[in-house]
Formats: sequence, structure tokens, C-alpha cells
Amino acid sequence: MDNYLLIPFLPLAAFFVNILFGKTLIRDKSHWVSLFAVVCSWVIAVMTLFEVIGGRTVNRDLYTWIVSGDFRVSVGFLIDQLTAVMLIVVTTVSSLVHIYSIGYMHGDKGYYRFFAYLSLFTFSMLMLVMANNFLQLYFGWEAVGLCSYFLIGFWYEKKSASDAGKKAFIVNRFGDFGFGLGVIMIFLTFGTLHYAPVFGSVNGIVGKTVDFLGLQVDLPTLIALLLFCGAVGKSAQLPLHVWLPDAMEGPTPVSALIHAATMVTAGVFLVARCNPIFVLSPPAMNVVALVGAVTALFAGTIALVQNDIKRIVAYSTVSQLGYMFLACGVGAFSAGIFHLYTHAFFKALLFLGAGSVMHAMAGELDIQKMGGLKKHMPLTYWTFLLASLSISGVPGFAGFFSKDEILWRAYASGPLGHLLYAIGALTALLTAFYSFRIIFVAFHGKFRGTHEQEHHLHESPKIMTVPLLILAAGALAAGWVGIPPLLGGGEHFAEFLAPVVGHAKGEGTHAEEWATMITAVILGLGGIAAAAFVYLRKSTLADTVAGRFSFIYRLLWNKYYVDELYDTIIVRPTFWVAKNVIVGVTDGKIIEGIVNGVPRFIGTLSSWLRNIQTGMVHQYAAVMALGAFVVIAIVLFW
Amino acid sequence: MKILTEMPDVTALMPEIVMTCLALVLLMLDLFIRRKEITALLAIVIAAVVGFFLTGSSGTAFSGMFISDGYSSFFKLIFLVSLVLSVLISIRYIKIESVNFGEYYSLMLFSTLGMMLMASAGDIIVLYLGLELMALSLYVLAGFLRHDTKSNEASLKYFLLGAFASAFLLYGTSMIYGLTGTTNLKAIAHYLAANGVAHNPAVMLSVILFVVAFGFKIAAAPFHMWAPDVYEGAPTSVTAFMSVGPKAAGFAVFGRVFLTAFGGLQVDWAGILIPLAILTMAVGNILAISQTNIKRMLAYSSIAHAGYALIGLIAGGGNGVASMMNYLFIYAFMNIGAFGVVIMLRTEGFKGEEITDYEGLAKSHPLAAALMLVFMFSLTGIPPTAGFVGKFYLFMAAVAEGYTWLALVAVIFSAISAYFYLRIVMYMYMKEPKAEVALSTSAPHGIALAVATCAVLLIGVLPSGIIELARAAVAGF
Repeated sequence: MDNYLLIPFLPLAAFFVNILFGKTLIRDKSHWVSLFAVVCSWVIAVMTLFEVIGGRTVNRDLYTWIVSGDFRVSVGFLIDQLTAVMLIVVTTVSSLVHIYSIGYMHGDKGYYRFFAYLSLFTFSMLMLVMANNFLQLYFGWEAVGLCSYFLIGFWYEKKSASDAGKKAFIVNRFGDFGFGLGVIMIFLTFGTLHYAPVFGSVNGIVGKTVDFLGLQVDLPTLIALLLFCGAVGKSAQLPLHVWLPDAMEGPTPVSALIHAATMVTAGVFLVARCNPIFVLSPPAMNVVALVGAVTALFAGTIALVQNDIKRIVAYSTVSQLGYMFLACGVGAFSAGIFHLYTHAFFKALLFLGAGSVMHAMAGELDIQKMGGLKKHMPLTYWTFLLASLSISGVPGFAGFFSKDEILWRAYASGPLGHLLYAIGALTALLTAFYSFRIIFVAFHGKFRGTHEQEHHLHESPKIMTVPLLILAAGALAAGWVGIPPLLGGGEHFAEFLAPVVGHAKGEGTHAEEWATMITAVILGLGGIAAAAFVYLRKSTLADTVAGRFSFIYRLLWNKYYVDELYDTIIVRPTFWVAKNVIVGVTDGKIIEGIVNGVPRFIGTLSSWLRNIQTGMVHQYAAVMALGAFVVIAIVLFW
Repeated sequence: MKILTEMPDVTALMPEIVMTCLALVLLMLDLFIRRKEITALLAIVIAAVVGFFLTGSSGTAFSGMFISDGYSSFFKLIFLVSLVLSVLISIRYIKIESVNFGEYYSLMLFSTLGMMLMASAGDIIVLYLGLELMALSLYVLAGFLRHDTKSNEASLKYFLLGAFASAFLLYGTSMIYGLTGTTNLKAIAHYLAANGVAHNPAVMLSVILFVVAFGFKIAAAPFHMWAPDVYEGAPTSVTAFMSVGPKAAGFAVFGRVFLTAFGGLQVDWAGILIPLAILTMAVGNILAISQTNIKRMLAYSSIAHAGYALIGLIAGGGNGVASMMNYLFIYAFMNIGAFGVVIMLRTEGFKGEEITDYEGLAKSHPLAAALMLVFMFSLTGIPPTAGFVGKFYLFMAAVAEGYTWLALVAVIFSAISAYFYLRIVMYMYMKEPKAEVALSTSAPHGIALAVATCAVLLIGVLPSGIIELARAAVAGF
């Protein structure tokens, strides 16, 4: 099992090979380096999973960089059930995205750079999930953010792309600031940053309070909420969701890997990993659940009216991440991770399918300009359909089992849970509607693009469709490892994760469980039916409704004006302060005064002192003697 | 007085005996060796053989006059490493300077032998012997470019001022001998403690005289005046050697004498060393800024680093001394590495010693520029290079001993040092090349630079091994 070290370090090696030799030597063969590394990682990850299933877990420090008192900077690995699941998700999706990218990125002038970044991202993400201490987690956390920045702005000549990269990075600063404070609070509280001792002694902080900005705050709540700040940023939850839709400026395989399957789920992973802290604070748990539920609904409604295929899927991602937080918030961490795992398959598939469509449509993103793609790209259509069925929670598909688990756990968790269930079920309806809206508008009906586009319509090459097929298999079957007892399954997934995240609390009757399940399924199927009715039968109905409820339509179309709101209350004032206060006064007068003044002073001092160095040896001897004399005088006669 | 009838036990000084014999043999053999590369190779072999004997030697000899312990062995490791690296970067350089004579390597060996004696000295007489052997060899080496007036000047200045410093040492020795009747370090400590004369002004006077003499060797201000002139005038390979080995040897005797003989007076001598350390850092870092010659700049940088290392001595205790030793070990790699790049720019007909010669080096010679970048980062103390680790442990030791303010001062001077180190980086990477700069490379040179780079990066990433070694070395002190 010691070869688990290769899982992150192979991609790291691939990154170095590609970044050093990619431009000159390897060029259009770069994918072999990265692909080989990630596939080897995947093989080892699978072996590791089986060893973990066999009962072997690992928690050891690989090496300690520096020690300063209690503070140890060490690199260590924790491989338990939760890590094993994350390893499979990350390496599987990453491998498939690598393969897909060979076709998708073919001929791009930054080809080697793209694969180098993919490798670096894979390494960072693996370090994040394999960490055994908060500092390494933080390192991985920031490193995936950095890779995300590189890859969103991959086509940096395009202003919108580099702007989106910056937006993602800056918005994440807000969340990460809280996360950083949380890590510092953990160190101050526990005197260590390693998971095992922190989680082991976590019960000792129950009921303790700490002075925070003059308020007496419950310590577990404070730490949990600070950590959750990071999760909100990284997983694009309200109110920091604004970066994710813009992040779609990056190449589509990146959206599939980073902005759907792996990096954005790091927040869910964080909450699940820190579950011993979160469960100590019911208020923090409620915040997590409510933020998740509200985000799920909020993003779902926006997705209803967008026309950009990638943005619809992006809002769908935000919404599904909300589900995962909802699950964590009601204490059903394994359900959250279960949804993370199934979501990785069907959401990566949706993105790669969208990429396949873009490939055929020469980069066109507007679904209103598509239509009838089904007969031109059958493989893309069928896999996209499968993914949509899965996300809509149609019984038997992967998404059904994980969503059902979340909704049932939410309902069973108590009075607040009923409300959460209602929001979740309503979101299920919206999810099904907007997912099938894409299917019916883009793949059915008549083609509405230009003649030239229609002429060029073609199915994507095998190198791109094979990953679609593999992911489709996952979107169909990945959920079968977690079939609930109600349907005759054994809840293997939840049982497997129980040693790390515990069992979900809350009880209910079989009748209630059946009722919640059937309601959700009916809502999901209802959403599909409604989409079919609106977009296949009465294609004018959508416009009529939009016209009649134009206020709501515009509100949704403009994404609740959140970007505009932030622009007004944060961006513009910041610019104003930057321009008038910082550039004008602080920077211009004070800082520049110091920055230019001190070196000028030292420079002058330096040239002046230089004159002492005359080159005359007797003067040197005199200085020495004088120095000795002064020291003697001070020591002996003072 | 008992006459020795049998051979004393000399296992403790086997490395020195072996080194003496082999260095003499090499001096003779060189008369028959035409290709001086072979002499260089033999010098490295000798260093390796001595290193082998080093592992087996421990204990004392000649009734405590010679001590071989972890402390001395660690320093001898530094000397041998810097010897080997310096020999490697010399081979092609002395050919270019057309002073390709075999005695160059013998002199380096003798100088190293002197340093080894210094590190092992349990008696001030042995210390003085080693110090003079080291210094005399260096005076010759500094003037090795016999046709170059600057080199001659450097040699003469070094000799005159070195003799002056030796006088301080002898004066201090005579004072302490007059007071205690012994030159044995342990016996001095014992006498001072037993007779309660620790605060006798004569003792303090001799402490100060030792500070002057050793301060001269490590180039601490205000006894540093020789360093810039000598470093600039001496052959670059000798400068590289001189800035590392003899400096470490100076610290070795500093630590040995002050912690053994004057261990009871730590508060007093620390009070003298603190202003000296601050002055040294100030002079080194501030004057480095206005230099235009890279050898001179590195000379001031070397003064500044002596100031940092003094902090470890001031902090004292196991951790302080270990951090000082650790720092000197790291410094050997990064400084010889930096000089190694400087030497590469020296070609027939081109001196390559001006800082402006580095403009645009990254465009014309990316690898050389990248190596220089690593060494400059390390000298500045930027992670993940070894220089950061070295400074980190030095400053931590100071903080742990309650000298937080001193650590802060050192950090501020480190920040100032970034200016002149990173200026080189800026010249290399952000300016256009002015003129075509050729590089003189050779396989041995490449090996030296590779070793130095690997060490700087490896220690930066995996520092625990060397830290533990230094701590273990101090444990037996």
C-alpha cells in the first residue's frame, strides 16, 4: 500500500516534464506524459480503494519540513474511507478528461501548457484530499484555486477569459480569508494542525466561548463557520457563487473536471472531513443546511431561463452543490459525499457533452441557435440524455439514489428538515425542467443555426466520445452501490463511510420514506413532462409565459442582479478607494515616500560609507585598532 | 617531567596525519605530473580519503591539546566539502588565468589542514598553529595571479592585516596564560571558575582581544576591512574557497574557545558580540548595495552572512550553536555555487566581474541564469531554498533564547539584502543582453554546480537530516 505516494506525485512529475520540455521537445505528444501519469494514479487509487475496503487505513507523516515550537509544517497522508472515495472520483474523472482533451484541445497552440496545468491540478487536488493536516489541506486548497485561475484564463488573449480567471480568484479570496482564520483558530485552540489530535480532542471545546470582535462566541460554532466560509467560496454557494458561471470561459474539459466534478466539491469534502467539529455546533449545521438549500433553489431558478448551454450546466452545478451542503447540514455527511460521487459522473458527462456540441457547432453556446442535433450527433445525444435522466432523479439512475438519500435524510432530521425537504423537492422539479429544456431545445426540433454551421455538423471523434460512453455508464450505474434498504439494497456506500462521518441521525416510518421518495420522483418526472410540453408541443408557450411574467423573467435572466449588486456595493467603492485614497494618498505619498525614501537613504549611506574603504592598508589596520580600542573602552571603563 | 617512552595514541588525529602525508606526497608528485587536472583529481581523492578517516576518529590526543568530537568533525566536513567544490571550480579557471601550477592544489590542501587543526584545537597553541598554517597558505593563494597587480596587492594586504590580527590573538593568549598559567581551554575554564576571577578586567581584555582576532578571520565589522579588497583581487576560485572554509574555521574556534574556556562568561561576551553582529550585518548589507563589481558585492554579502551566523553563537546553547553550524554548512554550498557561476563568465579576454555583465543572461544562457537565480534566492533566504532553512533556524534559536529583537533586526537586514541579490536576478531576467557573453564550462565545473544546486534545493525541501546531524554534533560538545 505504500505506493499510494505515487498517486499525487506521478501527476506532479508529469507537470514538471511538460512545463520544462513541453514547449521545445514534446509539443503535440504532451498528452502522453500527463495521461500516463494520471492513469497510473487511477490504477493505484483503485488498488488503494480495495485495501481500504479490506480494512487498512493509513495516517502517517511523510516528512516534516520545519518545526518551530508546537508549529510543525509537515507533509503527511491520511487514507481512509472518505479519502478513498475522493481518490476514485478525482482520478477517474481526471483520466477521462485527459483522454477527451486530446481530441478537444487538438491543435491548440498552448497544448503542452494545457496538459501541464491539468497534471498540476490533479496533483493539487489529490494533495488536498489526501492531507492529514489542515496546513496541507490549505496548501492543496490554494493550489487547486491557482490551477483553476490558470485554466479559466487559459485563452488569456481573450479579455473575458482573463477577467473570469481574476474574478474566480478574487471571489475565492473572500472565502479563503475565513478559511485561513479557521485554520489559525484551530491551531490556537488545539495547538496542532493534524486531523487526528484535533478531532480526537474536539469534545473538549464544547461550551467554550471566545472573544470575537467584542462578542462572546461559541468556539465550535466560530471554527465551523470560518471553515464553512472557505467551502462557500470554493463550492460557489450563496453569496459567493458569482465566479462559477463566469468560469465557463475556460476550455470545456476544464469546466468538467474542475468546475463540476472535483475542485468545486472540495467545500463539501471539507465539511465532511471536519464533521467532528461541525456536529458540535447545531447553529453552524443549520447555517450549512440553509445555505445549501437556498443556493440549490436559487441557482435552479436562474438555470431555467439561460440560453448559454455551459451556463445552464454551471448553474445546475451550483444547485447540486447546494444539495450536498443541505445533506451535510442535516448530519447526513455520507449522503452528501454520495451525491458528490454520483454528481461527478453525470455532471462531467453533461459538460463534456456540451463540449462535444460546441466542437460540432464551431464554439456556439446559445441553445436557441441549435436544434435537431440528435440526428447529427447520436452518441452525444444519447449520453447527454442519460446524464439528464440521472440528474433529474429518474428511478434506477445514479442521481436518483443519491438525491433520494439526501431528501429523505433532510425530511427525517426534524421540523427544519421538512422545510429543507420542500425546498429540495421543488429544486428537483426545476432540475428536471431545465435539464430537459436543453435536450428538447438543442437536440430536438429543427436546426436554427446558420447554413454553414449546419453543413459542418458532425459527431465528435472517438477520442471524445469514448469518455462520454464511460461516463454514461457511471451516470447510470454509479448509484447502485448505495441502494437504500427500502428498495432492497444494503446502503453499502453509507456503511463504508460510517467510520469517518458516522451515521445520519433521524428516524421515520417506511410510509414516510416511501412518500418522500415518490413525491420527489413525481416532481422530477413532472419537470421532464413540463419541459416536453413547453418545448416540444407548444413552443410559443415559453415566450408567452416570459412575456406575462416579464418581471420574474428579467429577474432570473439577470441572475437576480447579484453581479450588479456586487458591482455597486463592492467593486465600485473598492475602485474609488483604490484610486482616490490608496493611489492618491497612502500609496502616492506615504508608501512611495517610504519605498523610495528608504532605499535612497540607504543608497546615500552606502556610497558615503564606501569612502571609508580607501584601499590604504594602514587605514584598515587603524580601523581595526580603533574598533578594538572602542570595545575595550566600553567594556572595561563603562 | 615524564619522558614519553611509548608512542602516544594518535587515532584522534589520523585524518590530519593522513592529510599531511598525502599533501606532501602530492606536492612532490606534482613535479612529475604534466597534466594539472590529474593533480586536481588527486587532491579530491585525498579529500575523500581524509573524509574516510574522519568517520573513524574520535577522542583526544596529546593530553587534551587535540580534540576530535562531533563538533570538530562537522566543521571538518564543511572544510572538505568546500575544498572539493573549490577544486572543481578551479580546474578550468586557473588555466584561463594561465596560472595552472600544481602547487595551487597543495596549498589548498595545507590550508584545509590548518582549518582542521583549528576545529580540533583543545589548546590555544594548537589553535594558533592551525590558524597560521591556514592563513599562510591563503596569503599565497590570494596572490596566485603573480602577473596581476591586484592579486599581489590583495595578497600583501591580507598578509599585513592577518599578521596584525595574529598579534591580537597572541596578546590575548599571553594575558590569559599570565592569569591562569595554562593555554588549555578546559583548564582555563576550570581555573576561572575555581578561583573566581571570571570578572577580572584582564580576563575581559583577553576575551576582547580574541574577539578581534577571530572577528578578523570571519570578517566581522569593524575587522572586515581587508575582505572586499582581498576578495576582489584574489583569483575568483580562491575567493570562493576563502569566503567559506576559513570563515567556518573562524567560527569553529570562536565557538570552541568562547564556549569552552569562557563558557562561564557567556553573558559578558554575548554583550560584546551583539553590537558587533548588528554592525556586521549593517556594514555588509548596506555597502553591498552600492557595489558594481560582483566579487566585491559577494564580499560584502559574505560579511553580512558572518553577522547572521554570529547570532547563533550569541544565542548559545545546543540549538544556537547547531543552527550556526547548520548555517555555515548551507552557506558553503550557496556561496561556492554563486562564485561558480561568476567564474563561468570569466573567459579568455573577458573578465565578467561587473554586475552589468549579467544583463540578459537568462536569454543567452538560461541554465546559468537559472542556477544563479537559485543561489541568489538562497542567499536572500527565500523558501524553498536552503538559505531560508538556515536563517529560519538561526532566528528561531535567537527567539528561543530571548533575543527576539535581535532576530527582528536580522530579518530587516535580510530584507535589505534582497535588494542587491535580486538586482542580479532582475538584470539577468528583465534586461536585454548588451553584448555577447560567452561561458567557459567544463565537466568538473558542471559537477560542482550541480552538487551545489542539488544541495541548496534538497536541504531547502528536506532540512531535517542536516539539522539533526548538527544537533547530534553539538550534543558531544
